[in-house]
Amino acid sequence: MSDAKQIFIKDATLNAADGDQRAFIRKALGGYYVNRDLQKARYRDWERARDAASLAKWTAVNDLANQLEKFTANFERNGGVVHWARDAAEARAIILKIAADANAKAIVKSKCMTSEEIHLNDALEKAGYGVVESDLGEFIQQLRGEAPYHFVFPCMHVKREAISELFTKHLGTAPTDSPEELTMIARRHLRQLYVDADIGITGANFLVAETGQISITENEGNARLTAALPRIHIALSGIEKVVSRLDDLAVLLPMLATAGAGQPMTCYNTLYAGPRKPGECDGPEQFHLVLLDNARTRLLADPEQRDALHCIRCGACLNVCPIFKNIGGLAYGTTYQGPIGSVITPHLRGLKQWNHLSGASSLCGACTDACPVRIDLHHHLLHNRRNAMKQSPSLFDRAFHAGFGFVMKRPTLFALGGKVFRATLPLLKKLPLPYMSAWLKTRDLPAAPAKSFREQWKDHSHG
Amino acid sequence: MRVSLFVPCFVDQLAPQVGLAAAKVLKRLGHEVDFRAEQTCCGQPSFNSGQWDVAREGALRTIQVFRGADVVVGPSGSCVAMIKKFYPELLQGTPHLAAAEDLAARTFEFSDFLVNRLGVTDVGAKFAKKVTYHDGCHALRELRLKEEPRKLLRAVQGLELIESEEGESCCGFGGLFSAKFPMISTAMVQVKGGALARTGADFVVSSDPSCLLQIGGWLSREGKPILPLHIAEVLAHDA
Repeated sequence: MSDAKQIFIKDATLNAADGDQRAFIRKALGGYYVNRDLQKARYRDWERARDAASLAKWTAVNDLANQLEKFTANFERNGGVVHWARDAAEARAIILKIAADANAKAIVKSKCMTSEEIHLNDALEKAGYGVVESDLGEFIQQLRGEAPYHFVFPCMHVKREAISELFTKHLGTAPTDSPEELTMIARRHLRQLYVDADIGITGANFLVAETGQISITENEGNARLTAALPRIHIALSGIEKVVSRLDDLAVLLPMLATAGAGQPMTCYNTLYAGPRKPGECDGPEQFHLVLLDNARTRLLADPEQRDALHCIRCGACLNVCPIFKNIGGLAYGTTYQGPIGSVITPHLRGLKQWNHLSGASSLCGACTDACPVRIDLHHHLLHNRRNAMKQSPSLFDRAFHAGFGFVMKRPTLFALGGKVFRATLPLLKKLPLPYMSAWLKTRDLPAAPAKSFREQWKDHSHG
Repeated sequence: MRVSLFVPCFVDQLAPQVGLAAAKVLKRLGHEVDFRAEQTCCGQPSFNSGQWDVAREGALRTIQVFRGADVVVGPSGSCVAMIKKFYPELLQGTPHLAAAEDLAARTFEFSDFLVNRLGVTDVGAKFAKKVTYHDGCHALRELRLKEEPRKLLRAVQGLELIESEEGESCCGFGGLFSAKFPMISTAMVQVKGGALARTGADFVVSSDPSCLLQIGGWLSREGKPILPLHIAEVLAHDA
């Protein structure tokens, strides 16, 4: 068993047994379902909007090299600087070099899951930079010293009282249970940090090839301050974020908001088109974009699962996933939680170590139905399971299924085996058998009938 | 019509009454029912475990068994989805794809067959009980069957249908998942089973015997006063 799997089983077991926490998460998502359905109903045809969104991403992803070339040419024409990073280490090195060249000290960041993917904060802090997260949820998680719980709602699992205590401890503020007051505390604390920061680091929701613009979506306005106030703006993005046309955003932006957060539109949708130009009074002096591969091209090379690169990180699949809701986001141990994380993490970090996430699913398909860009999520979990079995078969599984297959091919043996199984079931229930005892720990098995269907059918001389 | 029954392996061994009830309903509607005794398992446990070689053998066997059958009807959304949706994927790129697609087109989940193929909603059943319906995920999302079982249940004399909260939530069975990740599976059935029990219904009805195994197993362990029942058993009830 891989280390990651062992940790997963331990954490998932603990969390799945925590009824209070599970109820808290369900309650936190309760409003989302209502609002999402209200907003979906405002679309003339949500399913056709999904088709359009999916097509926009499909078009770009299946023409990725050209789209990226077009995007970067336009981005550079606007005055930006493009950096290509093959993996996390290269991306970190690029960003550290930009910071060193600029003699930077303080860095402010807005929400960027790609930076979590490359463990950027760690690297910056080790190199002596002060880094502050400016998204409220990420700020809270940073103070807690914990990874985001949900890649759209990073601290959805944290109760208000805990946030108040956290602020009291770290910022010396008076306890309060008012969400507005808690927000104001963070806001007051962060305001000066934007002004003091040398570098602002953001992510990117979409890279628009035809204009060379970066589209960033946010609810708090912190990304705008992060991008606009410091003298250097670094955006970090996966290469799959490119879309061909500005018009594509007309469907992608509202769908991102509705699918992910139940909003008609996210509060701020900003297009960034380069650094400050001569004669302009504000904006950064330098605008860098780090384009990260980090195994995305490996996913691109797999035609079966290539559509996983359509992902716009809306989080809809997490919000509807019964696994996510019952084990929580931290148990995954991944940058991207939930169904999309279970699909792509084996590609990003290795199938052998991470296939257990594909196994930890009942394949209910709620994620696939929720995905605004029609990623075939739950079927990809099946594909990962198949690929893992080919790559590194587990001996127990191999033997179990070989035995199963042997019996299934022989109807007489199957009937006989069934008979023995039914006759010995009361005894089998008492033995420490794999699978059986796991089932019986929390669930009963009905008493076995004296006769199988095939026996009864024969008795009634049907056949 | 001549109907060939597809009886999932665990129905055969653990819930034979479901297969018998399905046959009874079909016969009552005037159809001829046969059961081909060479059938065993559709191969889904191996398919879901990534053992597609083993599953492929199961698929080829099942295709062979049902060769020449006019229609194949199974009382399980899950096992029928295996044939209709996953056999073609499993046999893609082999000379057997056409045969897989042919069987997929002739195979129906029980409620789908009654409502969409036969155009029947009232099968002449009487069942004066309060029931709630659980959508199995394969029936709901792979086969897109949601209204079919409800139409059938609403036409049953005396039956009161109550919808539950968490209506489209998974029960947490997922085949071997339920035993490989028992703690997650149990958390899921706590959510689902709790919602079903809160309806105050006498029975939880589903078109999937595997979900009923999970839900029923948990309800029984928790001592909840609501019993699992397959839709074929409800429809077979006529007294």
